[in-house]
Amino acid sequence: MAQSIQETQEELIVEFGLFDDWADKYEYLIDLGKKLPSLSEDLKTEENVIKGCQSRVWLHAEKQGDQIVFEADSEAVIVKGLISMLIRVLSHHSAEEIMKADLYFIDQIGMSQHLAQTRSNGLLSMVKQMKNYALAFSAK
Amino acid sequence: MTLDIQKIRADFPVLDQQVNGSPLIYFDNAATTQKPKSVIDALSHYYASDNANIHRGIHALAERATTAFELTRTKIKEFINAPSSDQIILTAGTTGSINLVAQTFGRANFSTGDKILISNLEHHSNIVPWQMIAEEKGAIIEVIPVDERGVLDLEAYRNLLDASVKLVAVNHVSNAIGTINPIAEMIQLAHAHGAKVLIDGAQSIAHLDIDVQALDIDFFAFSAHKLFGPTGVGVLYGKRELLESMPPYQGGGEMIKEVSFEGTTYNELPYKFEAGTPNIADVIALSAAIDYVNALSKEALFTQELALLAYATEQLSTIPGLRIIGTAPDKIAVISFVMDGIHPQDLGVLLDKFGIAIRTGHHCVQPLMKRFGLPGTCRASFAFYNTFEEIDLFVKALRRSINMLQ
Ligand SMILES: Cc1ncc(COP(=O)(O)O)c(C=O)c1O
Repeated sequence: MAQSIQETQEELIVEFGLFDDWADKYEYLIDLGKKLPSLSEDLKTEENVIKGCQSRVWLHAEKQGDQIVFEADSEAVIVKGLISMLIRVLSHHSAEEIMKADLYFIDQIGMSQHLAQTRSNGLLSMVKQMKNYALAFSAK
Repeated sequence: MTLDIQKIRADFPVLDQQVNGSPLIYFDNAATTQKPKSVIDALSHYYASDNANIHRGIHALAERATTAFELTRTKIKEFINAPSSDQIILTAGTTGSINLVAQTFGRANFSTGDKILISNLEHHSNIVPWQMIAEEKGAIIEVIPVDERGVLDLEAYRNLLDASVKLVAVNHVSNAIGTINPIAEMIQLAHAHGAKVLIDGAQSIAHLDIDVQALDIDFFAFSAHKLFGPTGVGVLYGKRELLESMPPYQGGGEMIKEVSFEGTTYNELPYKFEAGTPNIADVIALSAAIDYVNALSKEALFTQELALLAYATEQLSTIPGLRIIGTAPDKIAVISFVMDGIHPQDLGVLLDKFGIAIRTGHHCVQPLMKRFGLPGTCRASFAFYNTFEEIDLFVKALRRSINMLQ
């Protein structure tokens, strides 16, 4: 069994705790974005686009056994960094775990500004969409 | 007249703050301008001392509020040199003004096969209202193209003009790339073919001298919030014979003369188009914004802004891989740009971390972005209260952000 959602969140909080200025934090985020494998072109469909983002963001989910596996991509690298963290936290967990996950790490690593409605970079939409997938899969 | 920029900046309370640990640099003036203290004071003075509903009351507060409200109308009339203040219709914004014309003038005058000319530079607010009425009336929208620099193709415009064109609706200045359009010439050409012209002045009102009579403009629309005034107020100027011949827009109080269940007669201009209690406080505060601009002189302010534009253009041009979108010879102080291999949003997010407010995205001009084959741009737009030092800091932060992203 892989680590729990909570354990991964704690891990990220420790990693981000190493940086004392915003620039280092964002450089790390950009790095995460660059390292996230691109989504294959056939998955970059209209259907997989997350609405409400200024840059295009694609999210693909599939069920492997009783786990949900996410893959995602974006034209903007900071958004890709954010989504890469979400994937690290939520992917490979059961629908139920994903649905009830409280993503407190976002606030703790100082990225909660990206959750605001007004930020059209859509971290909020991404979280919502990931939970929607979980809901949809659990209903099947 | 040389401007004392530090003194001017002190008039704008919002500018004096830290954002993310750095002094705010506000370069999003094309989206909305900041408000001088006199405008903010006018708003709070109205609510603290004069608040009343206007035009109906006979008591002292109603009188004061009505007088102040109508005084703004007079000031707007003078500001754009309209022949009379009853041709100044107060709306909620440029968008409201354009929709009003589409739903009244358009409804009364468009029929199947008529043409509405717009341009490839238009804001969605000057596209969608025409699409809505065109669809209803069977009218056709045609688009004046722009060249690589973002300049309207006047030759194509001439060729598009014929007797079936009922209206030309173009912006005076492009919000996304700053192009100043040759509206005097365009209006003459349109009139020669019997077409009326609506000018979307959202981006010109704060920067260029507007004389609706000298330019022979049929309809002129703008928003107070882009003129250092409050949000929620807009203006529609129209030629008298046009406004008089147009059917009313929304129904309600204020716009009627007499109401009975058998039928209603409508009030005269401008009230015919101003149903319901208007945005009294914000209209009154717009007076203070107009006074502010007049006191400093629009021309002096624009000269300062053009100097900022020239300096920023020169500085940005030194960044390898940066491409300025919109290189018209006549521009207001708006610079749109893209960076090879970097999404505009990433630059916007990082610049915000430096306390710098720019706009990224499609700027509500998706057809124009498509014309340039771009999903969006970064846009820095200056006002007279911006400084050369701010541009230096911006360029430095931009270089640093690009480094982080590459
Ligand atoms: C050229 C242009 N037209 C219309 C508008 C719409 O103005 P408002 O949203 O104030 O109605 C804008 C605002 O960005 C604009 O720049």
